[in-house]
Amino acid sequence: MSALIIRGARPYGEDAADVLVAGGVIAAIGADLEAPEDAEVVEADGCILLPGLVDLHTHLREPGGEEAETVETGTRAAALGGFTAVHAMANTDPVADTAGVVEQVHARGEEAGWCDVRPIGAVTVGLGGQSLAPLDAMAASRARVRVFSDDGKCVHDPVLMRRALEYVKTFDGVIAQHAQDPRLTEGSQMHEGVVSAQLGLAGWPAVAEESIIARDVLLAEHVGSRLHVCHLSTAGSVEIVRWAKQRGVDVTAEVTPHHLLLTDERARGYDATFKVNPPLRTEADVEAVRAGLADGTIDIVATDHAPHPRDAKDREWDVAAFGMTGLETALPVLQATMVDTGRLSWRDVARVLSETPSAIARDEQQGRPLAVGEPANLLVWDPRPTSVVVPEEQATRSTNSPYRGQELPGRNVLTLLRGRPTVRDGEPVARA
Amino acid sequence: MKHFISIADLSRAEAISVLDTAEHMAETQSRSIRKLPTLVGTTVVNLFMEDSTRTRISFEAAAKRLSADVINFSAKGSSLSKGESLKDTALTLQAMGADAVVVRSSSSGAAHLLAHAGWIDQPIVNAGDGAHEHPTQAMLDAFTLRRHLVGEDRLGADLAGRRIVIVGDVLHSRVARSNVLLLTLLGAEVTLVAPPALVPVGADIWPCEVLYDLDDALAAQPDAVMMLRVQRERMIGGGFFPTPGEYSRRFALTTDRAARLPEHTIVLHPGPMNRGFEIAGDVADGRRSVITEQVANGVSVRMAVLYHLLASTSEET
Amino acid sequence: MTDATTVLGPDEIRRALTRIAYEIIESGHGADDVLLLGIPHRGVPLAERLARSICEAEGKDRGPAEIQGQLDITLFRDDLRAHPTREPQRTVIPRGGVDGRTVVLVDDVLYSGRTIRAALDALAAIGRPAAVRLAVLVDRGHRELPIRADHVGKNLPTSRSERVSVHLTETDGEDAVRIVRPAGASGGGAR
Repeated sequence: MSALIIRGARPYGEDAADVLVAGGVIAAIGADLEAPEDAEVVEADGCILLPGLVDLHTHLREPGGEEAETVETGTRAAALGGFTAVHAMANTDPVADTAGVVEQVHARGEEAGWCDVRPIGAVTVGLGGQSLAPLDAMAASRARVRVFSDDGKCVHDPVLMRRALEYVKTFDGVIAQHAQDPRLTEGSQMHEGVVSAQLGLAGWPAVAEESIIARDVLLAEHVGSRLHVCHLSTAGSVEIVRWAKQRGVDVTAEVTPHHLLLTDERARGYDATFKVNPPLRTEADVEAVRAGLADGTIDIVATDHAPHPRDAKDREWDVAAFGMTGLETALPVLQATMVDTGRLSWRDVARVLSETPSAIARDEQQGRPLAVGEPANLLVWDPRPTSVVVPEEQATRSTNSPYRGQELPGRNVLTLLRGRPTVRDGEPVARA
Repeated sequence: MKHFISIADLSRAEAISVLDTAEHMAETQSRSIRKLPTLVGTTVVNLFMEDSTRTRISFEAAAKRLSADVINFSAKGSSLSKGESLKDTALTLQAMGADAVVVRSSSSGAAHLLAHAGWIDQPIVNAGDGAHEHPTQAMLDAFTLRRHLVGEDRLGADLAGRRIVIVGDVLHSRVARSNVLLLTLLGAEVTLVAPPALVPVGADIWPCEVLYDLDDALAAQPDAVMMLRVQRERMIGGGFFPTPGEYSRRFALTTDRAARLPEHTIVLHPGPMNRGFEIAGDVADGRRSVITEQVANGVSVRMAVLYHLLASTSEET
Repeated sequence: MTDATTVLGPDEIRRALTRIAYEIIESGHGADDVLLLGIPHRGVPLAERLARSICEAEGKDRGPAEIQGQLDITLFRDDLRAHPTREPQRTVIPRGGVDGRTVVLVDDVLYSGRTIRAALDALAAIGRPAAVRLAVLVDRGHRELPIRADHVGKNLPTSRSERVSVHLTETDGEDAVRIVRPAGASGGGAR
């Protein structure tokens, strides 16, 4: 692989510098660097240089859901979104609850080569919520699993949750909880409030999320373990996490791009594209999660990229699938909602979309500083151009993007995975 | 009017216009020959994905009395019961050349989806979608109320100042949602009475009063009392009230409660009734009851709705 | 820009209606068995005026209200799908109904004949009159069906591009019949 020099980009959105990449690592950073003869030059005046993005919450659907997405299509979409690593959720078919399945997913990621694929292991066998899956075997496998989640389902049994939190301490793992009280959400379709009352769709109360988060932070405190809260969506959840952090509980929390931008008003047309779990909440909740992300209560942004075949969405709301795609729109939405509004700096973006997710997952290869000698997992992002979202033109196999027709900012100029371009000028670059 | 999906889509003038048309339709139904040639040559499809014999035959009678051809497409014994999607059904109906589709579904929003998803171009009439709306039921209720409470000069009139109490399972009731919208649009003062668990969270911004005590509501001497069916089959999660007896004690329209109502107060029920549960049999059959009239009025109102959707050019003017 | 010519004024309209009233009486159908049914909108006041004239001329006990009503034809039209929604109007039949009586349909302008065709259907749905006759204030020609009027206030040759505009005191504040021509048009235009 020949050397590559990025000229004029601003690391973390700060002072411009040239960055020389060679041998898969950052070889030099400085003003007016001299490039080797054969080095490829990327002119990046005005662009932002970030560590490659890391998504702690992706549904790649393989194995079992290849009609919606494969590791190949999902990771290509990730690369186009600026990601150099994704953490693949366990709710596949078969469920990623054994070393065999997580190793297979991991290997498929390596074959595809668009970004690192770090499998997330199921907490309970078959996501059944009855008995713990072989967590240690998954941790010790080639996939080196550190994050465990039954995402899509809540680990509802408090004893099982306690045991899981205790068990992962042996290998410094973390339980990523999908906080949803199943009894309070039987048949639930959308956020319970003014809009659900009018639309006649069964309500999904905020308390169904908040009560589980409250219980779990107390459990994590009690047993002294690490808890990660997936896709937090309500103002009350932000308050509870803020309170827990003040008490010193080892808890981290994530918010999705869609919960930073969209509200339950979107359900009014009964377009199931906007049906998602947890549901879109109110304007006040959107403001609360933005504030929580800005003040550090919420640690990371994760996509919860959830592709579905068209037929699963093109139907009556109550029988349509939950979820929306998000890998290719995550940074544009974050830029629009948080950066362009002055609430996060680009250095904060590096923290919430790269460094902290990697730290939570104990991945030492990703989310690294922009420094000489570090692996060249990089994103060159031009925040100036805008484009209109056309789901059919995205790399993800599914079209259930909630941003159809919306104009969003930013463009992926270059993504490097250990020095090798995976995206150039907005186009995917296949491995030679 | 291109579709008839939600009362929320109607203006006051449109609502009154449909009620007035229904009056003319009702007048024709008292003649020796009740069939009108108005919609001859058009085909109305009744797409019923949820069982409802009453509403289906009401729409069928309405369409037939306007000389439309009627095709009934019910869930039972059709491809719908074999899991065919709403989309495929819509594409089929489009290809068959239906001029209007009357749709009933247990899914809130099904009618809206059918009208706006781009699968079918024809006018859609909502015959009840989940817990969302049942706009023709609300129209027939308003029609019945106007006949009794306004009387002779009802053409062009609204229900300004009339006080109407709606009692029962508001949470699961599309009838209640449509009626709150329509009756308040027509100027009536609406009071909902239900156990707290059967009032939707978020209903506090509705343009009506919500009470938990039926006796208080009746003491205010309403002009009409509309009893809702307690939909036990929709009680997901359960525990909305401890026992039917407990419910009836507080929320049933018993003979005693009915006796305390003003002389002119009428009693409505959209049917089918749980006699002895939400309404005493003697009240349902009593002199205040307009329940069988509601059924007859349903045909006139649905004739009016089909007339407004089908007996005009589809081009905007 | 349009160009309107008044062809009948208040006096001419009054004289025409009086003449029609006498024609109806003389044709052997006195106030005893005649029933004047106006077709909304302007046929209704015309039927009222004719009924008054007939009752005055006959000097009988029956009041005009008993020999006059109105007949809505909206639901019997064959051109509904070519127009925006037409609100149906009331049908009012006096006590005694139409059976066995001589019904005189009353309208302001006779043109294609389609309105009268619809009125005959509407009437048949109500009952079986002994005979049906037709009285119009203006016959402007251009029939599309084999229908003719028994009593005509004025025959008015027109071209299809012209519009006949009838104004009555009850509905429009004045009595007048005008022919309106679209500016620049000289016949052959759209209806």
